[in-house]
Amino acid sequence: MSLTLYDKIWNEHLVHQQEDGTSLLFVDRHLIHEVTSPQAFEGLRNSNRKVRQPNLTLAVVDHNIPTTDRSKGIDDEDSRIQVETLDKNCKEFDIQLFGMEDKRQGIVHIVGPEQGFTQPGTVIVCGDSHTATHGAFGSLAFGIGTSEVEHVLATQTLVQKKAKNFRINVNGKLAIGVTSKDVVLQIIGKIGTAGGTGYVIEYAGSLISELSVEQRMTICNMTIEGGARAGLIEPDQKIFNYLKNRPMSPKNENWDKALKYWNTLKTDKDAKFDKEINLTADDIVPMVTWGTSPQDVVSIVGKIPNPKNENNIDKKNSIDRSLKYMGLKADVAVQGIKIDKVFIGSCTNGRIEDLREAAQILKDKKKAAHVHGMVVPGSGLVKEQAEQEGLDKIFIKSGLEWREPGCSMCLAMNADKLKPEERCASTSNRNFEGRQGRGGRTHLVSPGMAAAAAIAGSLDDVRKYQN
Amino acid sequence: MLESTKTKMKKFNSLKSIPAYLPIVNIDTDMIIPKQFLKTIKRTGLGKNLFFEMRYDDRGKKIKNFILNNEPFNNSKILITGNNFGCGSSREHAPWALLDFGITCIICSSYADIFYSNCFKNGILPIILKEEKIKELSEYSKRKEEISIDLKEEKIIYRNNEIKFDIDPFKKKCLLEGLDDISLSLEKLDQISSFEKKLIKNKPWIFND
Repeated sequence: MSLTLYDKIWNEHLVHQQEDGTSLLFVDRHLIHEVTSPQAFEGLRNSNRKVRQPNLTLAVVDHNIPTTDRSKGIDDEDSRIQVETLDKNCKEFDIQLFGMEDKRQGIVHIVGPEQGFTQPGTVIVCGDSHTATHGAFGSLAFGIGTSEVEHVLATQTLVQKKAKNFRINVNGKLAIGVTSKDVVLQIIGKIGTAGGTGYVIEYAGSLISELSVEQRMTICNMTIEGGARAGLIEPDQKIFNYLKNRPMSPKNENWDKALKYWNTLKTDKDAKFDKEINLTADDIVPMVTWGTSPQDVVSIVGKIPNPKNENNIDKKNSIDRSLKYMGLKADVAVQGIKIDKVFIGSCTNGRIEDLREAAQILKDKKKAAHVHGMVVPGSGLVKEQAEQEGLDKIFIKSGLEWREPGCSMCLAMNADKLKPEERCASTSNRNFEGRQGRGGRTHLVSPGMAAAAAIAGSLDDVRKYQN
Repeated sequence: MLESTKTKMKKFNSLKSIPAYLPIVNIDTDMIIPKQFLKTIKRTGLGKNLFFEMRYDDRGKKIKNFILNNEPFNNSKILITGNNFGCGSSREHAPWALLDFGITCIICSSYADIFYSNCFKNGILPIILKEEKIKELSEYSKRKEEISIDLKEEKIIYRNNEIKFDIDPFKKKCLLEGLDDISLSLEKLDQISSFEKKLIKNKPWIFND
């Protein structure tokens, strides 16, 4: 029988299957962080259980930590307790942790690939919905809740039912100034925020193979914004080259064995998908979100939608509510909407290529006087690389702040947040009400678009700024 | 102390309550429980911050026209709401907050996958119904009339009517008996061990590097 890549990875990890399809799936890689793990460790302690495979578990602090000078520790008491709790739990259960002082520390979904912990054909889970990022390596990667984190710690397995197969084909070429962020925003706009619910998405097509590994990660990262828990891409030579010689990648003869296996990770030619859509890359333009759901996308040359044009009452109410929250009027041109802040970073767009993309636009330019902007590298290693390339100097010279790595204003758990009614061009993944701070207004964009917005002081078309 | 290791979760029995109707679509987990409350290392105590930004004004005062702030809905055990409920983050703090508030049953036309699965781990029953049935039930919220949930029979009972709902039989059993997933999985320890042995042999790189 012809199988999809998802089918194959699923089958390879089946430990047990009940008649009703409820399955026990083996987990090869478990990533944990300080926010969604404390209650899981507490559960283990209460039931007198151990971590079954500490070696398959990697911990990192990211959500809560300051992105400013860390030498004095964390001011916020609750955040500090969470970070200290992770440290204590990792020591007690013998799990490797990249703490705040570790150069390898960073956002969990940037650290995994960077270290070679993320590998093709594996099942990867983490108590974070953006775990789908790792699917770019041809792994089945998805976010789980804290009870499931505890389950994985205790058993190295997870109880799951198989999802359906959904393939999204993107063929053609992207125009200059258009990035994989625009592709994924376009996809979410098309399928809707619940369009992928119950499915695992495979991204395919000529454009996807042409994208770099990091660009692929941006697409898989936002899969959850389209409702699917996991999104994956067939691994190819680019992936193997990326992984070669990473600290946790297979070595020597294991590398050869792994490579042989990884080369088999392909969807069969006549495999059946329950759902399939096609997009033409050439038609995609720089995108912006206008509302409070990632599906609320519009092209940078477009206009804010008018609820009057919507017949469905729920949808109409939803547009009304979003426009009110966002402080926007219907039918206004997107280009020219004044912004207050710019955020460049997050597990969606905090990798070196993202920083290069933003720096290229900002080189020898100044941010608009009223704009406050921060650049937050995704990890300590991304930061180091960027500094070697002099990107930090470009950002600082243009008037943006260069910060320490972490999740930062993507979810605003630390001190980095929007004030009520502040408007932000953000390279993150969610524009929910209050996501970047109570009353804050988020427009999701690509790194280049964020850079253009910083210069213009308003939402603007990155294609005007190509150096 | 736990009743026994296999019944960590509270059993879901039948339920009777005036439902609260919150007709908003795509309610995300940031709306259910904003990030500032994710800094806890406990599962309890989140109920007072449920729907924080819709429920309290800037000065922390309760917003009058928010449904859960008013009698009798401040005691509702059933929440009827718009589709794609619980989208966004995987935070289990969302079901913890609902549970701590007292809500043990949610009714809407669709849920986000992670949230849906998180509900069952906490003894919350998420029911899926068609939109027209949701509209019908929401009238009971408006009239402040009770409805009943019978999980065993898979039906919602209101006045002399009833609506059947579907639920995965295994998930239903776990809710009814308050079964703990981890204990159930640990019963398959032999199978897990032999899977691992096979893995070490066939894919040594998973463990070795």
